[in-house]
Amino acid sequence: MNTVVWIVLPYLCLAVFVGGHVWRWRHDQFGWTTHTSQLLESRILRLGSPLFHLGAFGVIGGHAMGLLVPASVTAALRIPEHLYHLTAVWGGTLTGAMLVAGLVLLIARRFADRRVRHTTTPMDKVLYAALAAMIALGMTATVAVNLLGHGYDYRETIAVWFRSVFWFSPRSDLMIGAPLVYQLHAVGGFLFLALWPFTRLVHVWSAPLAYLWRPYVVYRARRGLVPATPPAPAAVRETTLRTVGERSHG
Amino acid sequence: MRIRAQVAMVMNLDKCIGCHTCSVTCKQTWTNREGTEYVWFNNVETKPGIGYPKHYEDQDRWHGGWRLDGKGRLTLRSGGRVKRLARIFANPDLPSIDDYYEPVTFDKDILVSAPGGLSDTPVKRPYSALTGEPTAVEWGANWEDGLGGAHERADRDPNITRMPAEAAAKVRFEFEKTFMFHLPRICEHCLNPACVSACPSGAMYKREEDGIVLVDQNKCRGWRMCVSACPYKKVYVNHATGKAEKCTLCFPRIEAGQPTICSETCVGRLRYLGIVFYDEDAVLAAASVPDERDLLDAQRGVFLDPHDPAVQQAARDAGMPGEWIEAAKLSPVWRLISEYRIALPLHPEYRTLPMVWYVPPLSPVLDAAGAAGRDDTDADDVFHTIRDLRIPVEYLAELFTAGDADAAAGVLMKLAAMRSYMRARTLDGTVAQGLLDGIGMTAEQVESMYRLLAIAKYDERYVIPAAYSKDAAALEAQAATTGGCSLDCEGGPGMGGQAVGGSGPAAVERFHLVGGDDDVHAGRRGLVSRRPDGRIGLSVDPSRGRS
Repeated sequence: MNTVVWIVLPYLCLAVFVGGHVWRWRHDQFGWTTHTSQLLESRILRLGSPLFHLGAFGVIGGHAMGLLVPASVTAALRIPEHLYHLTAVWGGTLTGAMLVAGLVLLIARRFADRRVRHTTTPMDKVLYAALAAMIALGMTATVAVNLLGHGYDYRETIAVWFRSVFWFSPRSDLMIGAPLVYQLHAVGGFLFLALWPFTRLVHVWSAPLAYLWRPYVVYRARRGLVPATPPAPAAVRETTLRTVGERSHG
Repeated sequence: MRIRAQVAMVMNLDKCIGCHTCSVTCKQTWTNREGTEYVWFNNVETKPGIGYPKHYEDQDRWHGGWRLDGKGRLTLRSGGRVKRLARIFANPDLPSIDDYYEPVTFDKDILVSAPGGLSDTPVKRPYSALTGEPTAVEWGANWEDGLGGAHERADRDPNITRMPAEAAAKVRFEFEKTFMFHLPRICEHCLNPACVSACPSGAMYKREEDGIVLVDQNKCRGWRMCVSACPYKKVYVNHATGKAEKCTLCFPRIEAGQPTICSETCVGRLRYLGIVFYDEDAVLAAASVPDERDLLDAQRGVFLDPHDPAVQQAARDAGMPGEWIEAAKLSPVWRLISEYRIALPLHPEYRTLPMVWYVPPLSPVLDAAGAAGRDDTDADDVFHTIRDLRIPVEYLAELFTAGDADAAAGVLMKLAAMRSYMRARTLDGTVAQGLLDGIGMTAEQVESMYRLLAIAKYDERYVIPAAYSKDAAALEAQAATTGGCSLDCEGGPGMGGQAVGGSGPAAVERFHLVGGDDDVHAGRRGLVSRRPDGRIGLSVDPSRGRS
């Protein structure tokens, strides 16, 4: 059971994540879009979308800090454990709150505005449900366990397991003792990655940073074949008249 | 000098009767699909009026086009690169669907399926195309047709609010004696396109060979910055696919040497299509001229004279075939813009260097001359009217010359002088030399201008050389191996087959949407489809399953 959840599932999800993106990129450029609905509703979006996106940046950065940076590195940099904990908990809580507020506004907008509701695809609904579940679990872990509760040092267990997955020597034993909410969040996270390439989230990889140094006006040569020049209208008319004439005489 | 060719258009507004045939044929060709119900690549507005979308010319509100910053450098009015990316999560300048209008459909079925014996005649009702629910039709792309609703709204026309207060007050005061004309609009295919410059993905581009501005549907990621950056609001969001779409200048037709569908079907025959040569290196300087009123001359200065042997040589060096140089020499667009100088760009102050120009309408002035008790056939009276009656002239100046009333009046005088000259020439065979001196044109020029404006035939109005490729031989070899047109499949729009009358080369028009022909998919794909390289894979259709 532990092997399945903490070793097989992560690799399966990562394979779907990578394979799904390669397939979608090569096969569905036309569907690769943010699928903006600002044309249909702008008032709530103008508040909700920046909150959600900026919150997401903070949360993703926090996950990178917590999962990818080993405790030994912060110790070597002489960052006090208490300072690290404060940054993680309060940074996580604040950006998480932005993320939650943004998501609530965006989901409310999906339901409240009839035009947006009508344009919502089933895959959008799946994505919103998955996002809501993930964020709920993550916020429970941060707020209930670390901010209000006794706290849990995920850097010694979950983070090490997470990195070990990428070193191809997964240590499932480390996850056994983790609190249930962390376990669920970790499993959910990998499932979420597997869902990613099939949703509009692919637009993340198209973040247009190249715009910052590209020349303003883009020129492109016309590709493709030279079309045959059609006959002039007069020529068509004459040909037709001649044919009709031949038919009527013959 | 870096020479390029541009397919450009001129519309003679005096001949537009506002029949919307161009809009309708354009819509049937390009935008009769889910997601583009509200989109009109070609629309016809009545001026004065607030336009489609509402108040699109008010750049204080929409921040479209370009402006000069404090140091005199050209910048997008909506901000530079960093500011644009900072606003990517919510674009503050994006019009909402209500600024265009809520598209509707009708339950026409009720007219034939209603049960018999009703005491009232069944009536079809409008349903929103966005929600499918019953709705009220409250606005449309041509809501202001023939000054409809003008008594409520036309004084909020951005061109009137920008006019000097005195003249603007006079427009309101004399509204019963007002003037109107129709303004057909398509994408301007600008030399300095703001939409292309604002596209974060680099999906929008200007074609090197003919200057047509297009959206690469496979590269567009739906950042919707082009929509707000275009000051003419001629890039639209397809709300079903989440991608930007715009007027294509009917490039499959242009490539085959045919006019756009709006030109082809124009009842008033007021559209002219041709190529102009321009110097790409001169574009930035022309768009950066400090005084807005110098922009008109600066834009004319970017064009290159196709009769100049040096320009012709440069065109040949750039790989253009001889037909293109011949077409440039015969181009009606070049003649109207640069030789007769009677065509003007729409809103040059946006600094995008638009490539659809307009011969301003003389008819509002003639109406005014008649209303003032003057003789609208007498050139002197018309000249006086043009000078005295500032309302139409200043209004036209806001549209076409960045507010320079003298420049607008100069064009109107040429048109008025041409009418009087031709009247004298036709009625009593005299040459009115005084009129010619007044506008600085020769008799030959005025007569050929008259011919072009009044009686030019199809081949004179549309001088479009067929597309060329610098590597034509290689491409033809490729065509031989791949079997030609991708649209020639069974049931496809090309459908190959025999020529009309069954003789000679195939008369089927060969249209090409994109280069790698297999990229073209008609309709929805199945679960499995073939990739360009021949392998088979699953396909995703993002619009499938929309409720």
